[in-house]
Amino acid sequence: MRNEIALKVNGTHIVVPPGATVAVAVALAGQVCRKSASGAPRGPLCGMGICFECRVAINGQPHCRSCQAFCEEGMDVRTNG
Amino acid sequence: MASSTPDGFDVLVVGAGPAGMAAAVRAAECGICVGIVDDNAAVGGQIWRKSAEEDVTEDAKSWADCLKARQVTVLGGMHVFDQPEPGILLAESSDNRSVLHYEKLVLATGARERFLPFPGWTLPNVIGAGGLQAMVKCRLPIRGKRVVVAGTGPLLLAVAAYLKAHGAEILKICEQASWLTLLRFATSLLTQPAKIWQGIQLSQQLGGIPFLTSSWVAAAHGDKMLEAVTITSGSETETIDCDYLACGFHLVPNIELPILLGCEISDGFVQVNDLQETNVSGVFCAGEPTGIGGVELALVEGQIAGLAAASRIAEARHLFGKREGFRRFARSLQRAFRLRPELRMLAGPETIVCRCEDVMYAQLCPYTSWRSAKLQTRCGMGPCQGRVCGAATEFLFNWSLDSARPPVFPARVESLVAVRDIKQQDPQKIS
Ligand SMILES: Cc1cc2nc3c(=O)[nH]c(=O)nc-3n(C[C@H](O)[C@H](O)[C@H](O)COP(=O)(O)OP(=O)(O)OC[C@H]3O[C@@H](n4cnc5c(N)ncnc54)[C@H](O)[C@@H]3O)c2cc1C
Ligand code: FES
Repeated sequence: MRNEIALKVNGTHIVVPPGATVAVAVALAGQVCRKSASGAPRGPLCGMGICFECRVAINGQPHCRSCQAFCEEGMDVRTNG
Repeated sequence: MASSTPDGFDVLVVGAGPAGMAAAVRAAECGICVGIVDDNAAVGGQIWRKSAEEDVTEDAKSWADCLKARQVTVLGGMHVFDQPEPGILLAESSDNRSVLHYEKLVLATGARERFLPFPGWTLPNVIGAGGLQAMVKCRLPIRGKRVVVAGTGPLLLAVAAYLKAHGAEILKICEQASWLTLLRFATSLLTQPAKIWQGIQLSQQLGGIPFLTSSWVAAAHGDKMLEAVTITSGSETETIDCDYLACGFHLVPNIELPILLGCEISDGFVQVNDLQETNVSGVFCAGEPTGIGGVELALVEGQIAGLAAASRIAEARHLFGKREGFRRFARSLQRAFRLRPELRMLAGPETIVCRCEDVMYAQLCPYTSWRSAKLQTRCGMGPCQGRVCGAATEFLFNWSLDSARPPVFPARVESLVAVRDIKQQDPQKIS
């Protein structure tokens, strides 16, 4: 099994271990997931797909819950933070 | 996006946690066609959430093996969001949509953590207790990080032990319940040797970590990220620098789908008969939605529901005695971790209550019901559909949440169009 996955978060290359979710990649990249309706930074709250605070765009698809999506080689992740 | 793929099942189970897995396995034992669908890619639910590094427990593995051996169809990474008509559920994944037909249905949708608003709770790195555990299972590096664990419920201890074992520095565990209530709870476990053993193991793992009772988080501080938390016992307060605040106030059941299907709810839980069947004929419910009781109760309720859905009533009856024991535990849990009234005072006028729409506490105060607050302030109208703020306002304002509208999960526009098309079709033709 491969022991690293390379992907991009806001254009910056980042390497994560297998089994990492996109939420973890965003944290490792030092980014926050999104800005709230009034512009405040937000990150994961529930970690289990309920709260939608961890939304990011994955490969161009907006509003993906990053805590539920596993990192894949070459993924392009964009935060709105 | 792929088009709808129709699937038909004698018994369909929603939720692949312990309750759903047990239901699916027992129903499938007699050779009927059984399917199980879960929002998570892997089976296991909350407690058996698989981590990339560690093997799952024996129990989790044996139920997962049985699912395979009994040829249960596992639909992972799909959430059920609507029932256009009885016997048909609609589910969606990131790239697909399914029409699921069923004869009998088992709802095993589990629970989520309750979150309560306090100043600063929206800062990144203020996260649920189970939420942080789930992130660490998904490879969030926690070694050397300073964590305060706070809130209420047995999950706090399980999470603290897990994080400590993975190298986190647990600064404090703040449990809002009093020492006396915890003592009473512990005494009520004397009839349950397995629970006592778990308790002893936990306290050994947690040795050396300050465990405060009757204390809770008053505020989280930081500029763009969490930097410190203030904890209080009402009379004394202390501010502690930390990297994460893992904070959850016990669990609330996921009852949106049962409500949508017309299941009777009382005191926030789905009402079932001896066979775990709801008032809606052919729709069963098992696990946390019928009462927060932990994994053992979820497993036995799931088995009863699965057996009953497969019309194996005599075998289901054999498990009634076992279930009663675990239900007693559930009742003492409920009593022990009741929320103290001081927690209602934590949010200030400007504290955000609805995180999706940024609705502040003061904006909600004029309203007398969840419904009117929703209509006037958009509280609960964002993508989480009130899953976070609904459980909070239930406690803060005593508002009851007894209605659910489809979709019970935000669905893509294409999926909603498909629902409309299905609703307009002749039921005979939906296949
Ligand atoms: C975050 C969290 C962490 C926990 N950690 C522990 C722990 O470490 N130790 C412990 O003893 N207990 C833990 N618990 C308690 C746990 O809830 C129970 O012990 C046990 O997992 C309950 O089993 P269940 O099958 O009833 O529900 P769950 O395990 O919650 O399973 C329910 C499943 O249903 C799925 N689901 C819900 N709605 C839908 C839908 N509409 N469409 C598709 N799928 C859906 C969910 O994705 C979930 O996988 C935790 C609870 C939570 C919320
Ligand atoms: S953290 Fe709540 S949905 Fe991802």
